Amino acid sequence: MKVHVVVKMKRKRVKDRDVCGTTLLKTMEINVAEAEKRTGKNAVNMLETYTVYLIETRPVDTVSEGISPTPDSLWRRYSEFEILRNYLLVTYPFVVVPPLPEKRAEFVWHKLSADNMDPDFVERRRVGLENFLLRVASHTALSNDKIFFTFLTEENGWKEIVFETGFQAKADSRLKALNATFRVKNPDKRFAEMKHYGDELQSVISQLLRVRARVADRLYGVYKVHGNYGRVFSEWSAIEKEMGDGLQSAGHHMDAYAASVDDILEEEEHYADQLKEYLFYMDSLKAVCRKHELTQFELEMAAQDLSSKKQQREELATGTVRTFSLKGMTSKLFGQETPEQREAKMKVLEEQIQEGEEEVKEKNSECDEFVNNAWCDIERFKDQKDHDLKEALISYAIMQISMCKKGIQVWSNAKECFNKM
Amino acid sequence: MSGGTPKTLCSSGQRSLQEICHPLSAEDSSVLTPSPDVGTAAATGSIGEKDLSLPNGTPVDTSSPASSSSLLNRLQLDDDLDGETRDLFVTVDDPRKHVSTMETYITYRVSTKTTRAEFDLPEYSVRRRYQDFDWLRIKLEESQPTHLIPPLPEKFVMKGVVDRFSEEFVETRRKALDKFLKRVADHPVLSFNEHFSVFLSAKDLNAYKKQGLALLTKMGESVKYVTGGYKLRGRPVEFAAMGEYLDVFTQKLGTIDRIAQRIIKEQSEYLVELKEYGPVYSSWASFEAELQEPLEGVAGCVANCCSALEELTEEMCEDFLPVLREYVLYIESMKNVLKKRDQVQAEYETKLEAVAFRKEERSGVSPQMPTDVEKCQDRMECFNADLKADWDRWQNNKRQDFRQLLTGMADKNIQYYEKCLAAWESLIPLLQDKQENGKPETN
Repeated sequence: MKVHVVVKMKRKRVKDRDVCGTTLLKTMEINVAEAEKRTGKNAVNMLETYTVYLIETRPVDTVSEGISPTPDSLWRRYSEFEILRNYLLVTYPFVVVPPLPEKRAEFVWHKLSADNMDPDFVERRRVGLENFLLRVASHTALSNDKIFFTFLTEENGWKEIVFETGFQAKADSRLKALNATFRVKNPDKRFAEMKHYGDELQSVISQLLRVRARVADRLYGVYKVHGNYGRVFSEWSAIEKEMGDGLQSAGHHMDAYAASVDDILEEEEHYADQLKEYLFYMDSLKAVCRKHELTQFELEMAAQDLSSKKQQREELATGTVRTFSLKGMTSKLFGQETPEQREAKMKVLEEQIQEGEEEVKEKNSECDEFVNNAWCDIERFKDQKDHDLKEALISYAIMQISMCKKGIQVWSNAKECFNKM
Repeated sequence: MSGGTPKTLCSSGQRSLQEICHPLSAEDSSVLTPSPDVGTAAATGSIGEKDLSLPNGTPVDTSSPASSSSLLNRLQLDDDLDGETRDLFVTVDDPRKHVSTMETYITYRVSTKTTRAEFDLPEYSVRRRYQDFDWLRIKLEESQPTHLIPPLPEKFVMKGVVDRFSEEFVETRRKALDKFLKRVADHPVLSFNEHFSVFLSAKDLNAYKKQGLALLTKMGESVKYVTGGYKLRGRPVEFAAMGEYLDVFTQKLGTIDRIAQRIIKEQSEYLVELKEYGPVYSSWASFEAELQEPLEGVAGCVANCCSALEELTEEMCEDFLPVLREYVLYIESMKNVLKKRDQVQAEYETKLEAVAFRKEERSGVSPQMPTDVEKCQDRMECFNADLKADWDRWQNNKRQDFRQLLTGMADKNIQYYEKCLAAWESLIPLLQDKQENGKPETN
């Protein structure tokens, strides 16, 4: 499943390019149209201010037919998106689940507000949430999920429904497993490489975002200082005769130059957001790899268990004790067991071995299934990542070009004024 | 205070210069009193007839150089600033380092091309060091105190960090020295100064410098305008305006200098971050496959922008700031000239008043004005005339200089952005091409 991301000013649209596989996006148009501030009592009965986002949905047929009925809509807050995402993580462990926009503003350059209530932050979050929904809606597996559909269509009662699935408990054990340390003997090398890639990408994007924020800071300084030229040229023009007009107009251009940096940097935030999305995506990617390790580990544990049980059976049958065991010791000390005892033991062992073989078989197929599904999604993700990041770089280059052209324009204007001095 | 007959003087209070009339100038107002050495005094007279002894510009051996230069001003019918009538071209180039046991210093080649008669040859090429330029400037100030002498680049390098022998420093200095000589060469009075001619032509300048002492006494070039502490009654409006203008202008130049320095500082800090930014893309590229080329491309663009920025900052340091500072020095020396003018006027007024006062005490009118007072008036009027002419010239030059300076600044910035633009534009087709020919979709 490949998605084609078209990057526009302030709005990203995830469009379906592929014909195979049904996704929700084919039949439904989804927008996160607005954001609003609300005040209410929270769980501990304290008054809090929070933001809600308006999700609008519309059947695609009506839009393409030219009829534009009022979309269905509901309000959701960020925490509800988090719940949805956690549910998806648990329910589809083989999927690289899309990330949410950041909870708190990070990698901020100092002029930009780190305040969650800041309108620019809220706006960027709105775009990020929309992007999240569109990505989910364009994924073959995720988009067909009932809970997801309900999230989009039923404002009240959704929370109860999702909690009823019991995903919370699974979420906790998932977290535990993710953080546990265990050694896998035969992991699929591809997953190990992917996990390593995830670490590297996280590290390099973090670094990139940090340095970019500093670069933005400095660029701001350079532009703003030029505004001082505006003032001094104006003052100077007052004591000049022929030179006055040229100086005065040039000063205005210097003011314009200084002011232009605000728009430039705002646009660049969009680029930073695109990078951040993939930074956060790495957590999902690594989680999928981790899940593989877990299933593989469980398989290996089951196989090991089976093998030791089989060994015990052999020892019991032949009477030889190959490995040191307490039983062996006691039987040496206190004599062998009676044939009846041995037969009883054998029976138990056979049962256990039977179960163990079923278990191993199950785990094996689980593992294989997971590997297939997960690798398939990882491949999809890789293509999506390559495409999206290339688009991001293109749009970044276009931003730089635009900035250069503006610079040339302003200084050419100023030069004209200077020439008239 | 009566506004009546000029010959009556009240003893009270301050009077403006206009009210204290020259006792001799009953009818004529703007009479140039010829210097005592040149013929008898006359109320009017065509100067041309009197000054047959003056060749095409060589200063006459008089006791009052100021008056001779003002005579020259009147001889010259138009300012030959447009270069069409220019007959003297000077260039400073080819800096060379000289190492001796005593010291190390730089000399510059001063090349002259001229058709002027007072030069023996049509072309000269001599080597001069900063000391020599400094000497020349001092000599010009001494011998032409009523004129605005262009400034020299700063003598001492304040910051210990700057290397006196670095290419950038030497080049900046060379440009300033070249500008200095060109401004002198373009000046209708200064360019005919003997010291200037010698500077341009002499093989051994040091010998001339020593000789200068003897010449000094011969030509009577002692500094005549030592501040006598005379009180100025009222500055003529135009000179007051000049002083005010210079005060404000200096202020503005100072502000512009500070802003330019601040910009350079901010740009340098921006550059530091950029230099760290580019390489991150490279290290990212090292573990990518499809994205490797685009990422390396971006790293390359950022590197190009870095070098473009470095060039911009360097040029601002070398070309922009020194010219600003030069003008600040120029203005300082101009303010000194204005002060001298004030002193000359004050001296005249005081002496005039003393004479008029003495006249009042006697019962008759002395037939002759003491030559002392005449000289003072002459000096003052010449000074004023020279200054006015130089002021206009200076305003014109200033306008051209700043037009050039600021358009230069705009140009440098335009070039910077054009370089960056070219870098980023060349990246786009590379990126987009890859995008279109991307890997086939997989499910």
